[in-house]
Amino acid sequence: MALQSPSLDIGGAVLVKPTPTSAGRGYWQSVGRRLRRDPVTLVCAAILILLVLASMASPWLGMADPYKTSMLRRLYPLGSPNHWLGTDELGRDMFARLIYGGRLSLFMGVTPVVFALMIGGSLGILAGFVGGKTNMAIMRVMDVFYAFPSVLLAISLSGAMGAGTENTLLSLTLVFIPPICRVSESVTTQVRGFDFVDAAKASGASAFTIVRVHVLGNVLGPILVYATSLISVAIILAAGLSFLGLGVKPPEPEWGLMLNTLRQAIYVNPVLAALPGVMIFITSICFNLMSDGLRAAMDVKA
Amino acid sequence: MTNMLQVRDLHVTFVTPDRTVHAVSGVSFDLARGETLGILGESGSGKSVTLRSILRLHPEHRTRWSGSIKLEGDEILDMAPRALSDLRGQRVAMIFQEPATSFDPVFTIGQQIAETVRRHTGKSDAEAMKRAKDLLEMVRIPSPAQRLKAYPHEMSGGMRQRAMIALALSCNPTLLLADEPTTALDATVQIQVLLLIRELQREFNLGVIFVTHDIGVAVEVSDRIGVMYAGKLVEMAPVERMVDAPQHPYSRGLLASTVHDGMRGQRLESIPGAPPDLAEVPTGCSFAPRCKFVRPDCTATIPSLRDVEAAHAVRCVLAA
Amino acid sequence: MDTLLPIQDRGGPAQPLLLATGLRKHFPVAGGLLGRTTKVVRAVDDLTLSVAKGETLGVVGESGCGKSTVARLLIRLLKPDKGTMVLDGDPVDEPHGITVNELRRQVQMVFQDSYASLNPRLTIAETLAFAPRAHGLPAAEARERVRDLLTKVGLDPASYSTRYPHELSGGQRQRVNIARALALRPRLIILDEAVSALDKSVEAQVLNMLVDLKTELDLTYVFISHDLNVVQYLSDRVLVMYLGKIVELGPVEAIYGNPQHPYTRALLSARPSMDPRKRTHEAPIQGDPPNPIDPPSGCRFRTRCPFAEDVCARVEPPLADTKFQAVACHMRVAGSGHSKAMAA
Repeated sequence: MALQSPSLDIGGAVLVKPTPTSAGRGYWQSVGRRLRRDPVTLVCAAILILLVLASMASPWLGMADPYKTSMLRRLYPLGSPNHWLGTDELGRDMFARLIYGGRLSLFMGVTPVVFALMIGGSLGILAGFVGGKTNMAIMRVMDVFYAFPSVLLAISLSGAMGAGTENTLLSLTLVFIPPICRVSESVTTQVRGFDFVDAAKASGASAFTIVRVHVLGNVLGPILVYATSLISVAIILAAGLSFLGLGVKPPEPEWGLMLNTLRQAIYVNPVLAALPGVMIFITSICFNLMSDGLRAAMDVKA
Repeated sequence: MTNMLQVRDLHVTFVTPDRTVHAVSGVSFDLARGETLGILGESGSGKSVTLRSILRLHPEHRTRWSGSIKLEGDEILDMAPRALSDLRGQRVAMIFQEPATSFDPVFTIGQQIAETVRRHTGKSDAEAMKRAKDLLEMVRIPSPAQRLKAYPHEMSGGMRQRAMIALALSCNPTLLLADEPTTALDATVQIQVLLLIRELQREFNLGVIFVTHDIGVAVEVSDRIGVMYAGKLVEMAPVERMVDAPQHPYSRGLLASTVHDGMRGQRLESIPGAPPDLAEVPTGCSFAPRCKFVRPDCTATIPSLRDVEAAHAVRCVLAA
Repeated sequence: MDTLLPIQDRGGPAQPLLLATGLRKHFPVAGGLLGRTTKVVRAVDDLTLSVAKGETLGVVGESGCGKSTVARLLIRLLKPDKGTMVLDGDPVDEPHGITVNELRRQVQMVFQDSYASLNPRLTIAETLAFAPRAHGLPAAEARERVRDLLTKVGLDPASYSTRYPHELSGGQRQRVNIARALALRPRLIILDEAVSALDKSVEAQVLNMLVDLKTELDLTYVFISHDLNVVQYLSDRVLVMYLGKIVELGPVEAIYGNPQHPYTRALLSARPSMDPRKRTHEAPIQGDPPNPIDPPSGCRFRTRCPFAEDVCARVEPPLADTKFQAVACHMRVAGSGHSKAMAA
């Protein structure tokens, strides 16, 4: 161990070297590192990426046309030649419809959360930072929406606005804004009470600068974790709405819709009828586990 | 005075996926009944870990022990869970720094003390409540009958600390462990609690181990003081000797740098540098990098704790 | 846009650097059915103090006395309900005076070390550069200032600039806290329990450094602490607070050598003895510091004072001058009606 001679005594601790730690000590880098080392997160991410790539590349993969119907080839079982996952009630290739449906289902799951994050997150951070009457106004409005169970709210909003992709996106976004707003407000209020925010205020910086530099970096993490956990809920809700006829309209392939149209097939080929449900389950679980992984990675004591 | 507690070569290591921390590295001491041992050290010295090891309070899955802790002949480190549970609260009791988190917020003080009494002595509800009231009187809480029905958050910090002492003494333990119980208290309350502990110790002939970072507090309550640094005991002496003539450079630095009466206008002596990282196992004396008197043989081997006088031991090559 | 040079002295050495008059701050306690205010925490009541240029004013008291509230009022992190502040002759937050932002260029605060005192997501350099950058200093000059600040507090800029707070020890973090307070080259620094969370050996280092910086940078300090020994070491004048009011005020030698108020005496003798042969045998005062909600009428200390009499409950003692210091106690005011007071 190196010995230090106390020369140049500036309050007794001369230009001391800090205790050495491992590299990549920035917070987000360490989060990234932990994520990369977590096997569960990696597997789930791989599955989702595979699905996204497959659905994006579907025109070029030589898959069957998901829209092409055939009255002769209806409800073929799994393992049929040319249709290894069978065909649906209108003779369309199941595999193609599942992959193609993935595009829409994932889109309907992720997009409302992204919008809700932007709107609800901003409102929550505003309410948390400013406090007082603004906080009360925003949060009480949110409480009204929060009082409704999310499924009920989604159904009512979609029912009022009518079916269709855009309306579904809108209603799901509205459903997710209150919970994200609530979490954002809570975290922001907590961070606002810390001394370093007071120190920033005492330095005379504008509120906007303080939020941008000091608050955002500390609240985005927990908000992001919460938001990603909502994606799995969004996928299920979107599928549910479509199942009820309030979401995507036929002939678009969408897993929820497919569950609805394949209902009669339960008596003929139950496995076939369950396939869209399996896909919903897989993607939903993957997002859920990834969100857990993100939370664990961010729960670093450093 | 026979030795009630014997600690021999205690090593405590915390193992996590990221690193291994050697919190306590070879601590040995004795304690007699009716004696107060003050363990003095700064953060990271291992003093709290040592104390908590006596009750085996650390999470089992990531703690490794070795050595021996014998209470009246019974080896604590080997004890089965049932025996350990009987030991805690009955033969050995502990009071902590933060009384607010030591009590369950949804039960009254009376209920919590009575529960402990019932658990260990099998008394009836009414008898246990009576005992609880007597205990609150003993720790000088005003209006004890009313306080029995108070919830922890309804009491001030000083009251809660007294209630915690009452809880600790409810089953007549022979050993009281105190982990910085007055650090979070105001000055006027701290001295009341210190005097109370001293008085109760005399009355019940308790053995007390009092962990603190404040020299004044250690001097007020202790018969002997042990100074810890980087997981080891570096000096152990009767309190008068420790204050008059500390031998270890760390003890001397600590006493010299503590601000007290009459230092105004003088530059404070300070110990340069910072304590070492406990994840590394040192090859020589842990204090060497910061020591004014360091010599080449200090880094060669770890010095042993040797008696320089009767009852005064020092871990330093210079004090031999 | 100035290049953040230190602001010049205006009134000369006789003018107090900071004069706060009649400060009051009450906090409503939400209770009742609709969250209406039912009770009030009277944190600071009618407080007047002045800080002379170049001095260190120590403020001592126990929990609930209001000293932290005073710190935040002086730097305007809290707005007082009543009262005025004057900084070197300029009224603060009033039409013909300086703005709060201008106050903050000259008055800064060092917080107690805790996990919350430094932003864990920013490097040390980013934290230190924040205030100068917010005031318009260009990036290159800000970097230069950060290097300068780190060196001043004894931390090697090359090693510490890119570190994060969790990689530093308590003492190092506190040095950064102090450097942050110096970033705008202030004249007055309020230290709110700045060394309380540190180990004793580190505390000594930081105290030495504070003394050096004060001389080197021509600073004035308001040092708030519950540790009487440290306050005695650092301060020129000392102010003792109890439940939102000043009970005694005077030069450090007078307060510590000849305390007049019963509370000050109790506080001083409550310090643990450093001599095992002269241990404390009796607590100087019983009970806990009371709650600042609904403080006692008249003299707020009377519920714990061994000399309390009727007049103490009826009349609040004014802060009156005695020979060497100012005391708020009926026993020291002639003709107050207290049996121990001198006749008028």
